[in-house]
Amino acid sequence: MPKVIKTKTEFEGRVVEEYVVVEGEGLSAWEAQTPLRFVGKRTPRIDGPERVTGKAVYTSDVQLSGMLYGKILRSPHPHARIKKIDTQRAEKLPGVRAVLSFHNTPTISFRRQTFLFDQIVRYVGDEVACVIADDEEIAQDALELIEVEYELLPAVFDPEEALQPSAPKVQPDGNLLNGQPEIYQRGDLAQGFARADVLIERTFKTQCALHNCLEPHGSVALWEGDSLTVWDSTQHIFGVREGLARLLGLPLHKVRVIKKYMGGGFGSKNNLGKYTVIAALGALRTGRPVKILLDRHEENLATGNRPSSIQHLKIGAKRDGTLTALELKAIVAGGAYCLWPPSVGGPARQLYACPNLKTEQYTVFTNTGPLSAFRAPGYVEGTFALESVMDELAKELKMDPLELRLKNYTEIDQTTGRPYSTKGLREAYERGAKLFGWTSLKKKGQGVRGRLRRGVGMASQIWSGNGMPPAYAIVKINPDGTATVITGTQDIGTGTKTILAQIAAEELGFPIEKISVEIGDTQLGLYAPLSAGSMTVASVGPAVRGAAHDARHQLLDVAAQVLEVPRESLTISDGLFSSPALSECVAVPEVLKNLENFMIIGRGAREPNPEDVAVNTFGAQFAEVTVDTETGEVQVERIVAVHDSGRVINPLTLSSQIEGGIIQGLGYALFEQRIVDRNTGVVLTDNLESYKVPTALDIPEIIHEMIDRPDLKANNLGVKGVGEPPIIPTAAAIANAVADALGVHIYELPLTRDKVLKALGENHA
Amino acid sequence: MATKTVRPKKLKITVRGPGKTPIRLIVNGETHEVLVEPRRTLLDALRKDLGLTGTKKACDEGTCGACTVLLDGKPIYACMVLAIECEGKSIETIEGLARNGQLHPIQQAFVEEDALQCGFCTPGQIMSVKGLLDENPQPTLEEVKRALSGNLCRCGAYPKIFKAALRAAKLLESRNTQGSH
Repeated sequence: MPKVIKTKTEFEGRVVEEYVVVEGEGLSAWEAQTPLRFVGKRTPRIDGPERVTGKAVYTSDVQLSGMLYGKILRSPHPHARIKKIDTQRAEKLPGVRAVLSFHNTPTISFRRQTFLFDQIVRYVGDEVACVIADDEEIAQDALELIEVEYELLPAVFDPEEALQPSAPKVQPDGNLLNGQPEIYQRGDLAQGFARADVLIERTFKTQCALHNCLEPHGSVALWEGDSLTVWDSTQHIFGVREGLARLLGLPLHKVRVIKKYMGGGFGSKNNLGKYTVIAALGALRTGRPVKILLDRHEENLATGNRPSSIQHLKIGAKRDGTLTALELKAIVAGGAYCLWPPSVGGPARQLYACPNLKTEQYTVFTNTGPLSAFRAPGYVEGTFALESVMDELAKELKMDPLELRLKNYTEIDQTTGRPYSTKGLREAYERGAKLFGWTSLKKKGQGVRGRLRRGVGMASQIWSGNGMPPAYAIVKINPDGTATVITGTQDIGTGTKTILAQIAAEELGFPIEKISVEIGDTQLGLYAPLSAGSMTVASVGPAVRGAAHDARHQLLDVAAQVLEVPRESLTISDGLFSSPALSECVAVPEVLKNLENFMIIGRGAREPNPEDVAVNTFGAQFAEVTVDTETGEVQVERIVAVHDSGRVINPLTLSSQIEGGIIQGLGYALFEQRIVDRNTGVVLTDNLESYKVPTALDIPEIIHEMIDRPDLKANNLGVKGVGEPPIIPTAAAIANAVADALGVHIYELPLTRDKVLKALGENHA
Repeated sequence: MATKTVRPKKLKITVRGPGKTPIRLIVNGETHEVLVEPRRTLLDALRKDLGLTGTKKACDEGTCGACTVLLDGKPIYACMVLAIECEGKSIETIEGLARNGQLHPIQQAFVEEDALQCGFCTPGQIMSVKGLLDENPQPTLEEVKRALSGNLCRCGAYPKIFKAALRAAKLLESRNTQGSH
């Protein structure tokens, strides 16, 4: 019988409480020593062939009969009031089917107090109007024919300036998100600092980074009667469905959202985009399907970013390294529209035992492109500052940086007082240090080779990744002996389908080749959460195991009666029934063939999270760099990473996640940055030529290992997430290695040549 | 001094457009006739007019490599040439690699090494590897990296893409030696 429960869970540094329905019997996780056939085995992606042959259909590949194309006119001004939009010339262009703007569309609320087509534009790139035409070229031509009269308003780009009372207001209620800073504190900060032998106070700055997923954001909308179907490049089909239904005034069941393959998201595709709603309106207006795909420039303006931060960090410690107090004041540039604050203070609050602590975060509206989640939002930025200051503290105390971290190690979650379900960080430190050769490299000190200097550094990682209910799945056993896993999750490129197939094969006792997985369609009816927060496998995986378990039991019940053997004597392995009462094994189709098209359907739901422990992921990374003292160029030679994300389901795809996270972290550390002109608010790096993402030539040697210990309390698989953890400590480890090479720390990312040369010059002086 | 006028050779200029014009494209060995605007890129002609959506559009301005195809055997960005420029030339796309339902060894190596995550840059990466291995069947790691330096992968699958390229070279070599017996 379904049970309704209340559950608390951590998502990207925020605690969420909600009611969920759970069903089915609680299964306990497989123990570490349980022999498993598919789970834990290196398994190439089951959808690999589609992806390498070009047969995988991404949203951007969807072409429907009679389909029109939409192109969005975007504001050239950072802050302005639209007085008038004249679309007559554009509408007359042959092939143009509609021009949508605030003049002729319903007033639809979007992001709190603003609208889908708002009469105020708040950043260069904000949506003004949309042309729907027979082809993209025509739509593009028509955009140039729209005449817009703007009344320019004063703009503010710098978050510190935006906090001044005299600053232009970006949002009606002012420039501070929620009207107040987010404050967390514990213990007595003043007393903690008073007890310290050593105090270090620093200001760190991190840049704004752009996702640049290779598949642009985009949607295709099709109306059939009063039902809307949308193909969307999204990390959350159910979220898009909810948003569309709410904004368009439709019942949920009249909206279907499909996402089969997606070309990257990294958090930027977590939410419903304006382009999706506009495509739906355009399709309604024209009576034809409409596709809107953003171009690369729009991707760099209007699809979100990892916001820049300014972090004032003060840390106090005893002579032996014990932390006595920690204070962080962070200012985050949220851009023009921002609904939630990324937890920049998360690492400071959680990573070390520290009784006296305060974090204070100001998330500020500015006339720039809005922030969105970007792989471990807040934690990448916060870890850079915290782990940099820990290195400076170690230097001050003449301690090994790793020793300082171990000195402040905690088995208790500092924010809730709960013990961790499992914490493999100590082992990650030890194994990482050994793999890297930390002790001997540290002893050797800075290596100098001509104009090149070598340095080493390390950093730690904490993140949630515990997964959560609700998530539902069914497993069907087909009469031909194959099984189909059905759930409403989405594979965002992480290998979800393959992992769900491995779990189902294991639990069913079927060969993995017999398993297919259907996901990415709200019409399948089985809710799953957004694919973000490193929680897909830990949320959906247990539901799939539950469903497979149910299906296997039903199958055995049926088979025992068909084969006329005692139920308890019957087992299934490799898709074959066996029993001491049978002379030979019997294949599944042999049993099901006489039952017409009877189909077994097993149901599963994600169990609630445990209440008495904290479930988190951990890791440590070590970096070796060489710095060219003449050019200021930093070359990352080697990264060693050891992470603890509980049980590993697929070592092959997991290792892709680790490498990918490290490589994105390397880009963030060394060269990625959005540059906004401070006079005009124009993004100067709005393409892949000027916005530098890592290329094949930037890749260091990456060595990684997993602790791979099932977290038996976390869920019925013992898994935790791994998507975000690997990006978290990379920039901090590289920055610490560069500081080791230079003898002086750089407090601002990215570590571009100008900053390196400046630091060298100051150190020399 | 007597002057001699040198007349330039008469250039044969064909004016196409405005509006749609018929062109003939040879893609994966098959000839197609399509009607396109002269400004249509090879990329859009492949994707929209021929329905070959395996070649991906990620930047449309020659900065990412997702649309790499082989033009007369050389890897090029399909977004940087016009379809009308490609008339009569041999165009090879990702759809032309697998034969009789069998993955090409490069594709096989990409799957086995997990040389992809979201898979959006993958067709372009594979075509660049194909271009490299056709020219240089036994590349070094450095040569692989150079050949792929014009193909961005935002997921960061690079280490496994390198492995897959080197594995593909081996697979092709063993296939060729077996084939010669």
